Amino acid sequence: MASLVIAEHDNKVLKEATAKVVTAASQLGGPVHVLVAGQGAQGVADAAAKLQGVEKVLLADDALYAKMVAETMETLILSLADKYDAILAPATTNGKNYMPRVAAKLDVAQVSEVIAIESPDTFVRPIYAGNAFATVQSTDAIKVLTIRTTAFDAAATTGGGATVETITPQADAGVSKVVLQELTKSARPELGNARVIVSGGRGLGSSENFRMLEALADKLNAALGASRAAVDAGYVPNDYQVGQTGKIVAPDLYVAVGISGAIQHLAGMKDSKVIVAINKDPDAPIFQIADYGLVGDLFEIIPALTAELSS
Amino acid sequence: MKVLVPVKRVIDYNVKVRVKADQTGVDLANVKMSMNPFDEISVEEAVRLKEKGKATEVIAVSIGPQQASETIRTALAMGADRGILVKTDAEVEPLAVAKILKAICDEEKPMLVITGKQAIDDDSNQTGQMLAALLGWAQGTFAHKLELGDADAKIEREIDGGLQTVDVKLPAVMSVDLRLNEPRYASLPNIMKAKKKPIAEKAPADYGVDIAPKLKTLKVTEPPKRQAGIKVKTVAELLDKLKNEAGVI
Repeated sequence: MASLVIAEHDNKVLKEATAKVVTAASQLGGPVHVLVAGQGAQGVADAAAKLQGVEKVLLADDALYAKMVAETMETLILSLADKYDAILAPATTNGKNYMPRVAAKLDVAQVSEVIAIESPDTFVRPIYAGNAFATVQSTDAIKVLTIRTTAFDAAATTGGGATVETITPQADAGVSKVVLQELTKSARPELGNARVIVSGGRGLGSSENFRMLEALADKLNAALGASRAAVDAGYVPNDYQVGQTGKIVAPDLYVAVGISGAIQHLAGMKDSKVIVAINKDPDAPIFQIADYGLVGDLFEIIPALTAELSS
Repeated sequence: MKVLVPVKRVIDYNVKVRVKADQTGVDLANVKMSMNPFDEISVEEAVRLKEKGKATEVIAVSIGPQQASETIRTALAMGADRGILVKTDAEVEPLAVAKILKAICDEEKPMLVITGKQAIDDDSNQTGQMLAALLGWAQGTFAHKLELGDADAKIEREIDGGLQTVDVKLPAVMSVDLRLNEPRYASLPNIMKAKKKPIAEKAPADYGVDIAPKLKTLKVTEPPKRQAGIKVKTVAELLDKLKNEAGVI
């Protein structure tokens, strides 16, 4: 029962998401191989080879894979698929983009956002914004899974001794190309693997007021997040959104500021270890899941909190 | 050009979902059902393309029980021209949906299919991508902005960490994210007009698609409940708890 894990990376750095998917793949029981598709990604492949539990790394290094375009990822993964019983990718925007194409061409079901592996053919996944968990059994010969990375611990990043094998790129279908990519520049940790997240909602009132949260986030070495309401209001860019249709996070500490706690938002953060809610409405639903709630005016509380942390 | 918009009837996003006691699924009896919110955005985008003279016809497709025709009516009231209901009471997995849509695309030959990025019931986020793969078309998922040309489309996508623009050859499949547009409310006159628009009724077998599920649902359970904690009175007390009780800062 060999598994193929598709690596998440930016051509320079292997993302922690990959190490988490390796853990999930290891639970299937067989040898674990990792596919690194990128451009100038030898360093990424070397990092993947050091992951505990990885037997072999396949490196497809070509301009075609620089941005992991779905159509080219599909043909590359399909060219390898018949050697594997399971193909796994993290449920990132990349994984969500290319994996269903692979499943469709293999004529198998994809199991999305797997949070637990019960056996090599039985998986648990959240449905209805995490308000129910479905345990599903796959009858397909090849399992195609995307993994919710918050549900698995990362495999150790040292100690592995996998071989790196270079593989030939596949032909380009020539139907799609990336013409522009603008990533939010930030010195803060990434939302997906931050230990602490400070998140703001509509209660902040403006993008200027979000700066106040930035000061607090800097003190806590935290990533910044937001509710859908705050993103829709234009206070912060879309990639800040935490929730059912945004990012799913599970940091050690999640500080929700001016967020009422719609179920769609809770779906994205309720697995955080410790949740703090700061809101002026004592009946806000966020307090029902918060470990520590502070009712009051965030415009007084946040500066006070930041000041206390500085002293 | 023709634009095809698949729409799904799902539990309304405001409804609190209840898991059935026998663990076979969630309780859908007497629950308010609506069009999947992402599909409303798809319909809106398609109708805007028609209003701008880019699209000649907007076709709304739904796969589901008889009541899914109401979902199609909603799309027609928003401005779609006609509907296709592929009637089945069975649960249809994303791959089977994609196969049915592929057969419809082979017949209707749209230049653009606009899907929601995910349905808020099964949260799969698969159908658009699967359809694109089966057709051998390009895809632009999680669309934030669309610039439609005659032979290609520029689609700005919401990705982890920012935005990405892809240039895709037509025909293509686009899946929409939340911020592409704000769907309109159908006006009363348009709701009345929609009643006269045609909906063709089909069955999965008409398209030669086997909808037998590939996944067996063993059980559906409630997630573990998170207990509410305590309310603190001051910033100092909060920091004390975080440092000394929770140990997270």
